[in-house]
Amino acid sequence: MLEALQSPAQTTYWLISGRVLFPLLNLIGLACFAYIVTWRLTPLIQGERDFRFDRPFIRLERLLQFWLGQWKHPRYRVAGTIHILIFAGFILLATRAFSLLILGISENFALPDSASGVGRVYEIVADYAATIVFLCMVIAAVRRIVFKPARYEVPARYGKSHKVDAIFLLALIAFLMLSESLFEASKAASLTQQGQPEFLATFSLAWILQNALSSVSQSKLWDLHRSAYLLDVLTFYFLLCYRPFGIQFHVETSLFNVYFAKLDRGTVKPVRWGVSDEHLDQVKSFGVKKFEDFTWKHMLDFYSCADCGRCSDNCPANAAGRPLSPRFLTIKARDYSFQHYPMFGSPSDGTPLIGSIYSEDEIWSCTTCGACEEECPLMIEYIDKIVDLRRGLVDDGNVPKSIQKALKALESRGNPYGKMEKKKADWIKDKEFQPTCEVKVLDGKKTADTLYFVDSITSYDDRMQAIGRATAKILDHVGENFGILGAAEKDSGHEVRRFGEETLFMALRDHNVEAIKASGVQRIVTADPHAYNALKHDYKDVPPVEHISQVIAREVKSGNIKLNPVENADDVYTYHDPCYLGRHNQVYDDPRDVLDAIPGLKRVEMSRCRDRSFCCGGGGLMLFYEPKEEQRMGVKRVQMAAEAGANVIVTACPFCMVNMEDAIKVAGMEGKMTAIDLTELVDKHIARETKKTERAEQFAESAKCLTV
Amino acid sequence: MEILVCVRRVPDTSENEIQLNSAGNDIERDDLVYSINEPDNYAVEEALQIAAKAGGNVTVVTVGGEDDEEVLRREMAMGANHGVLISDDAFGGSDGRGIATILKAFVQKGHYDLILTGIQAEDGGAQVGGMLAALLDYPFASLVNAITVLDGGKLKVSREIEGGNREMNEIDLPCVLSIQTGINEPRYVGMRGIRQVASVEIPTFGASDLGVDTGTVGEAGAKVKRVDYFVPALGKGAEILQGSQEQIIDKLIELMKAKGGLN
Repeated sequence: MLEALQSPAQTTYWLISGRVLFPLLNLIGLACFAYIVTWRLTPLIQGERDFRFDRPFIRLERLLQFWLGQWKHPRYRVAGTIHILIFAGFILLATRAFSLLILGISENFALPDSASGVGRVYEIVADYAATIVFLCMVIAAVRRIVFKPARYEVPARYGKSHKVDAIFLLALIAFLMLSESLFEASKAASLTQQGQPEFLATFSLAWILQNALSSVSQSKLWDLHRSAYLLDVLTFYFLLCYRPFGIQFHVETSLFNVYFAKLDRGTVKPVRWGVSDEHLDQVKSFGVKKFEDFTWKHMLDFYSCADCGRCSDNCPANAAGRPLSPRFLTIKARDYSFQHYPMFGSPSDGTPLIGSIYSEDEIWSCTTCGACEEECPLMIEYIDKIVDLRRGLVDDGNVPKSIQKALKALESRGNPYGKMEKKKADWIKDKEFQPTCEVKVLDGKKTADTLYFVDSITSYDDRMQAIGRATAKILDHVGENFGILGAAEKDSGHEVRRFGEETLFMALRDHNVEAIKASGVQRIVTADPHAYNALKHDYKDVPPVEHISQVIAREVKSGNIKLNPVENADDVYTYHDPCYLGRHNQVYDDPRDVLDAIPGLKRVEMSRCRDRSFCCGGGGLMLFYEPKEEQRMGVKRVQMAAEAGANVIVTACPFCMVNMEDAIKVAGMEGKMTAIDLTELVDKHIARETKKTERAEQFAESAKCLTV
Repeated sequence: MEILVCVRRVPDTSENEIQLNSAGNDIERDDLVYSINEPDNYAVEEALQIAAKAGGNVTVVTVGGEDDEEVLRREMAMGANHGVLISDDAFGGSDGRGIATILKAFVQKGHYDLILTGIQAEDGGAQVGGMLAALLDYPFASLVNAITVLDGGKLKVSREIEGGNREMNEIDLPCVLSIQTGINEPRYVGMRGIRQVASVEIPTFGASDLGVDTGTVGEAGAKVKRVDYFVPALGKGAEILQGSQEQIIDKLIELMKAKGGLN
């Protein structure tokens, strides 16, 4: 009698026929899952609009890269590899899990057909996949219990440890793999005993179990077989329905989260999708104040978080001890949404998010450096949420006093320092500089091809004016016909927007766009990455813009700029990537190429560099904010430079310069560490013997490619 | 509770470089940016907070010209229910008593339980609040840095005393209070808020509307006249303490004790 060959559908469990039991279990399981998911989708329907349905091919490509290709996972070598294996295992096992469930309804069902060659191969692959997933669960649990990576820790202010929940979920998956394998192994052992040898994938979990069961009696095997099946089905549905209550919901949501992820770097979401600037006045409330003010995609982000802690592990605000952790920004919102939209009963009254789950300091602590978003394997967005929450704070008048002053000055004077407009171009009148480099002010009487957009800090700050002058001298050296707007240039408004003051930003932007258009220039150059990002992404209808490092790199390559050997050959240089040049605009190589073009310059990389660069402390209005922190980000950064063995930090942003120079003093590293801007370094090393007219011709040639 | 806050538009000291005009009797006003007098902004915020708790309306009033509407709108964007401009050619050149006389006439046309002013105008003399109270025969408290509404038409107010001490007073309504900065954290008013009240009608009252005798106000009635305005010459430079760190610290403590900074 070949009892073990019977499919579960043909058996009875406690007097209930499998034919009744399994269809019922499937139905109940699916119904529960459908109910839960519907409830989870409710807030998304209540949420704000978010336009994510454009550019399907780019989205598909990114889906292949970041979801199927697990592109960001290897950034964390061990955890990433484990995840890739589990993910691949799940993808491979999806078909078998499906056929196993059907087996309870229709005996001998298998997809692909187990009799076919493909079916045989698939079974072997699936056996190994289940084994690997099982092992990964064990390794992951050991990591959690024994090695305890710091990024999984839950600081006391954010509640209890997530360890038990994480391990419970790992155990459930491991159990699922075990029950699947046992189901197969018991059948194989039974058949083998009955003289129909069944071969399972060697060294797979099923194979090991089969061998272990080789001498177990037929009736025991039969019991094991049908019990394994029942447990497998129960575990499968339990897991399916439990996942939407915690971190494993990403198994379902990640596909959508990655597909609908933000495509445009460096941009900020509009106040309301589908409402044009002209109609913004009709929007009653700005920003996010209550949960439903989040867009549906941002709510999906909350569901999709896998609690891996990579965001916070890279967040400079978190590292400096500011009251901000991107991970908990998400986790807190998710927990709130679960409470706010309970599984049974109607949604509770919403509370304002600030003051309940978030604090004002938390929301102002972010420098919008983008390290969290760069790292997140699930493409969760943070900057847009922070900006939206700030918009809500600004709309309610809750702005720290120090920032209020700067905003007020921006409104009346067009710069955060409250300096007079007519003094904006004073930096070009420096006694030593003016005779060597005449800078035109494009006031309608004078014209130029290129606009050097200086922005507030470089115009007014005594120290940063040196960056302005170095930039002007470089542009002059390459024969560029350039000028500045002078009093007509207002602050780019880059941080104004990112601090949530959209209306003021729009006023600054509109003023500048008009001034730029009136100047008649064909292109824009700036040495300030924040201005660069604003002109490139926040402004519309302005000529193409380049950062000075891109101009220098091109001119060095073309031979237009020749550089003398490094002044002090003993110095060791390191390049600090400004967030708005690097991460937000992907300009990593140009500044490095320029440094490497200085003969004899020794350059080292900090362990955090390029897309993992560590924010200096933030620019623009962040300089006016008095954060609650244990240590300055800048101090951490200069220590990283020292660890890398450097004694000169080169950066390409005036705000980085402020923070680095302050940090060097605070860290007591004066004399041991210096900071210099790329333009200053290049200006010092330019070989100035070639004739200017010759260079102008060369420049016109190389600049053509940009204007075309 | 009906609350009136008297506000003023002044050159913003943090955003201007104040220079003398060529005549030497006033500052150069061509390139100036103006804003709400900062202490007045605290007074409005306090009024809004009281009204939010105790109910009622907040009205902001200023004596000035068309340009001064700007600060009324800013305070209305903050949440003030009404703005009133008191403007008349005859009011130009009023001294502190003149302004208080004009405001008194306005107060008497309405029913206000509480009148707030800033502790002083940044370009003024901290006179109007006290004078207004005297002219109205209302009780007055100055340097107020906390207000609690009590039952029975009374307030409990805290006044700042030199050295950081506080004095608590009970004061009967209606009364006039001059508000110290730091009493609260005034809310931010963005461009959006101002735009939303841009088209709200602001009533204007002149001398005849208020029944003010023009002989008692304006230049004619002023008994205090500005005769000069100057920027004092810079004093000696800062003293740099010399010596080892310990010596510097000792000297610093000694100096601070001598100047009363340490007890």
